[in-house]
Amino acid sequence: MKLTLAWLKEHLETSAPLEEIAATLTRIGLEVESVADPAQAFKDFVVARIDTAAPHPNADRLKVCTVNTGKETLQVVCGAANARAGLVGVFAPAGSFVPGTAVHLKKTAIRGVESNGMMLSERELGLSETHEGIVELASAPPLGSPAADALGLADPVIEIAVTPNRGDCLGVRGIARDLAAAGRGRLKPLASKPVPGAYRSPIGVKLEFDYSALNACPYFVGRHIRGLKNGESPDWLKARLNAIGLRPISALVDITNFVTCDLARPLHVFDAAKIAGAIRARLARAGETLAALNGKTYVLDGEMTVIADDRSALGLGGVVGGESSGATLATTEVFVESAWFDPVRTAATGRKLEILSDARYRFERGVDPAFVKDGIEIATRLILDLCGGEPSEIVVAGAEPSWRRTLALRPERVRTLAGLDLAPAETEKILTSLGFQIAREGKTFAVVPPSWRPDIFGEACLVEEIARIHGYDKIPTVPLPRASYLPMPALNESQRRRGTARRALAGRGLVEAVTLSFLSSSHATLFGGGQESLRLVNPISADLDTMRPSLLPNLIAAAARNAARGLADAALFEVGPRYEGSGPEDQSFVAAGVRAGSFAERSWAAPARPVDVFDAKADALGLLALLDVPVPRLQILKPAPACFHPGRSGVLALGPKTPFAAFGEIDPRVLKAMDAKGPMVGFEVFLDAIPPAKEGRGGARSILKLSPFQPVSRDFAFVVDESVAAESLVRAALGADKTLIVGAVVFDVFAGEGLPAGKKSVAIGVTLQPAERTLTEAEIEAVAGKIVAEVGRATGAVLRT
Amino acid sequence: MPPPAADLERLKAELTAEIAAAGDADAIEKIRVAALGRKGTVTELMKTLGALSPDERRVRGALLNALKDEIAALLEARSAGLADRALDARLASESVDVTLPPRPERIGRIHPVSQTMDEVIAILGDIGFAVAEGPDIEDDWYNFTALNIPPDHPARQEHDTFYLPGERESPGGRARMVLRTHTSPVQIRTMMRAKPPLRIIVPGRTYRCDSDATHSPMFHQVEGLAIDETTHMGHLKGCLIEFCRAYFGIEDLPVRFRASYFPFTEPSAEVDIGCTRVGGEFRIGHGDDWLEILGCGMVNPRVLKNCGIDPARYQGFAFGLGLERIAMLKYGIPDLRTFYESDLRWLRHYGFAALAQPGLTGGLNP
Repeated sequence: MKLTLAWLKEHLETSAPLEEIAATLTRIGLEVESVADPAQAFKDFVVARIDTAAPHPNADRLKVCTVNTGKETLQVVCGAANARAGLVGVFAPAGSFVPGTAVHLKKTAIRGVESNGMMLSERELGLSETHEGIVELASAPPLGSPAADALGLADPVIEIAVTPNRGDCLGVRGIARDLAAAGRGRLKPLASKPVPGAYRSPIGVKLEFDYSALNACPYFVGRHIRGLKNGESPDWLKARLNAIGLRPISALVDITNFVTCDLARPLHVFDAAKIAGAIRARLARAGETLAALNGKTYVLDGEMTVIADDRSALGLGGVVGGESSGATLATTEVFVESAWFDPVRTAATGRKLEILSDARYRFERGVDPAFVKDGIEIATRLILDLCGGEPSEIVVAGAEPSWRRTLALRPERVRTLAGLDLAPAETEKILTSLGFQIAREGKTFAVVPPSWRPDIFGEACLVEEIARIHGYDKIPTVPLPRASYLPMPALNESQRRRGTARRALAGRGLVEAVTLSFLSSSHATLFGGGQESLRLVNPISADLDTMRPSLLPNLIAAAARNAARGLADAALFEVGPRYEGSGPEDQSFVAAGVRAGSFAERSWAAPARPVDVFDAKADALGLLALLDVPVPRLQILKPAPACFHPGRSGVLALGPKTPFAAFGEIDPRVLKAMDAKGPMVGFEVFLDAIPPAKEGRGGARSILKLSPFQPVSRDFAFVVDESVAAESLVRAALGADKTLIVGAVVFDVFAGEGLPAGKKSVAIGVTLQPAERTLTEAEIEAVAGKIVAEVGRATGAVLRT
Repeated sequence: MPPPAADLERLKAELTAEIAAAGDADAIEKIRVAALGRKGTVTELMKTLGALSPDERRVRGALLNALKDEIAALLEARSAGLADRALDARLASESVDVTLPPRPERIGRIHPVSQTMDEVIAILGDIGFAVAEGPDIEDDWYNFTALNIPPDHPARQEHDTFYLPGERESPGGRARMVLRTHTSPVQIRTMMRAKPPLRIIVPGRTYRCDSDATHSPMFHQVEGLAIDETTHMGHLKGCLIEFCRAYFGIEDLPVRFRASYFPFTEPSAEVDIGCTRVGGEFRIGHGDDWLEILGCGMVNPRVLKNCGIDPARYQGFAFGLGLERIAMLKYGIPDLRTFYESDLRWLRHYGFAALAQPGLTGGLNP
């Protein structure tokens, strides 16, 4: 919403300076987005007259002028062709800044002749590109007066971000009223005396709605005016509209625009000669079309309100007028419409047809239902003033929609809700100044909000009005008392886990990324997603149209983008949501990471090693261990999700049902489809699948018993089928004697030379920990025998000889 | 009494000289055997003691024992000296160029969004706000209607909502699926599940179908909600002033509350912090300019009612702030869109060390 200071002062009697007005507006909820004061740039320029103009002695195209600035007469060298004695224009003295050319003027000599300033062109003023000659002021403003005034640019423009609840402030008067209530002046009375009608309107008005749609347009006031002459608007009106960015069109159109912006009262003017029969408001017929004033043709449906004559729709009520019945410069008789349209229906129509108009903007935010008649009287006066003509009596259909409601306000709520200790009389004064009517009923106020405030519906709204006008800055600040003096954790276990995952993975050398929750459906499909229910109806682009089924694709794409920038060895992770469906339970938190290229950068100490599946496995296991998962009990399940290399991937789980993590080399086909280079490995830890830590012991651990006896290590080299998992040998060895054996590690694996085809050698180191006494050699041998037997039984492995 | 044993003095002098001249462990051993071995010179002299008178034997025996000990000590010292020299020589030969870099390690970083989120939680957690969460995929009842934004409310248009196909049964009837446009639906979910007193903060992803220099289709918000029987706007001011000052680490940061409008709060306010903008340089703190930082207000009684909370008894405040925005302001990050580009150069520059966990004891400003 834009307005100018002078326009505001048409409604507000105030001596407050512009800065104070702007600050007050922002404070009371009418946030000032900008104040443009064109006069600022012209403050040094004055109206001046060229008294004499003589040819320059040393230059053909220059003239030596004497310029009268009202205060003094100065010599100025001027190059403009139109520079001549008697011309009144804009003078820039030495020392001023010329905005159009960004030059600081200095007293200087031009071709040997002294020059004390400059007569300016429109381009030099920064007003237009015109540089035909210097500005010639047609009217005769006093010499020495501010040039900004003479140019009609002295009026600062204020732009306000009006919140959607304040339809009343989409007119200058509403803004003036709020300012007056806030103590920045006095609201001037508004003259809207009825204009006597000279004849009966030849055009009648009807409301043709079913019972269910009565509210679409419950009130319609019209007036016929004949014998008028449309034409260009006067300067004051054009200047008003120009200042707020509206293009003047013709007096009739400009008047409706002016009243819309001045009083938040949209109007429409029909060319009465183009109306067939009576005007009626009704719902559109499905498929009915309207060629609108904006040059487009719309197909309407039965939910939209139209204004029609006997033949066809003439306009969309509260949204846009029709081309065929619009006022033109040839118009001599008009029918003026001031009606009230349902905000909800108006908004729906505007949205469906994608029409943004000043009328729609106001109707959907609520137009004053008690100002419908005033609107037509004010418009009539303006038309008669600017275009002449003779008005009919007004014609009315329907009745003013009821808006009067009484709300109870307990004055102490100002204190208990807003924290503001205000005397009831002060409360009453603020509400009254905003147009509320108040009756005291005991200790309670019975408050009737004004007709222009449909947004006020309860006690809290009234408290807000009082608090904002009095000033939020005057509310005493009170520390929020601590809820509890015992420190309670702000995070639940799931949230704490995510934090642990982040810090742990960053500690492992991965860099945290935050990637978008969506991706292209083709990428989603590669990772088991892409179902219809997770496709956005209105994506911002086709490559961001699906909710991600996994965090890996966006990380892979990020690694690929970094590789394209020369950073091939990306190690990235993300902790965030994935989406397996659209229900709340389908969203779960995952910690995922990718490593690309070499595990570490090239070094003198070791050759660069390409990342492999065990790097991803280490990341997953490292994180799981920090999340209190009993890592030694984890099993490796297959197959892993399809995005991984089928032979170099796995799933980590405690049982067959709930996978805790998946890891592996990314399938080269997936990389190719995503335009990414390998090798790349990745992992996902499904944080929400991990059961919560057991509660109840307050963190106490089990008793630790330490053995005083030396542990014993024995190594075994087994030969086994290549297909047998190394882990099964380890598990069998561990199971051979559960009290003595405390550890088993694979320390060598090889196949090939010296071994039969299809076989491999797996060497395991086993640690025995006696608890009661040192083991004898015979006892050790006995356990070793059990290990060989158990591993052989479980896996078919035999000791290598 | 025999004269002092000149022969022993001579022998000692000879052996001392030999030991001093010994160049390696072998030479030492040879001297030891020659002097103290079974057939060694000192050992042989010991054997002659038996032929002496008891008095002579005592005197000479003592001298011989002293000689033997001295020689043994000299041998020991020379041997240790030699070993030390040999080790010095070995260590000298083992030296490496320590200016070489160590084996490369990867250094991880924490994203500014996570760091900022941790900071916000640390501050508000201390005042008793617990973190609550809800789904990113919502329906329009939770996202709009329950928050007093009915279907045709103009505020809905300002939200640039992403839609997903279909509808679902929601507490207010059939509702369209949307990506949440703010974290406020979690207010609704929390109030429908739990009874006051309530103090929650809701950090999370939010979405609007808007993408340009200052908008990203995804961003993060933190929502706050405090509901009980007495919390009023003075508390709201106290809480948020404390938050702004703690977050920016400026004890007297100017904080301004001005009237605004949100359908879900009444009264509503926007909060500005003091700043200066001089010659393109922007600084938070004192100055003559203001910067909008968050929106807040007293929870609209209609919202409480929609959640089954009696507005005649309970009241409280809510606020919402953009996490990226406050991260950009505090850490001088110029462009919102860069947050999600995962450019390693950016992440390393604007990211945080793994162990720089913000907290009230260790500080919020790494």
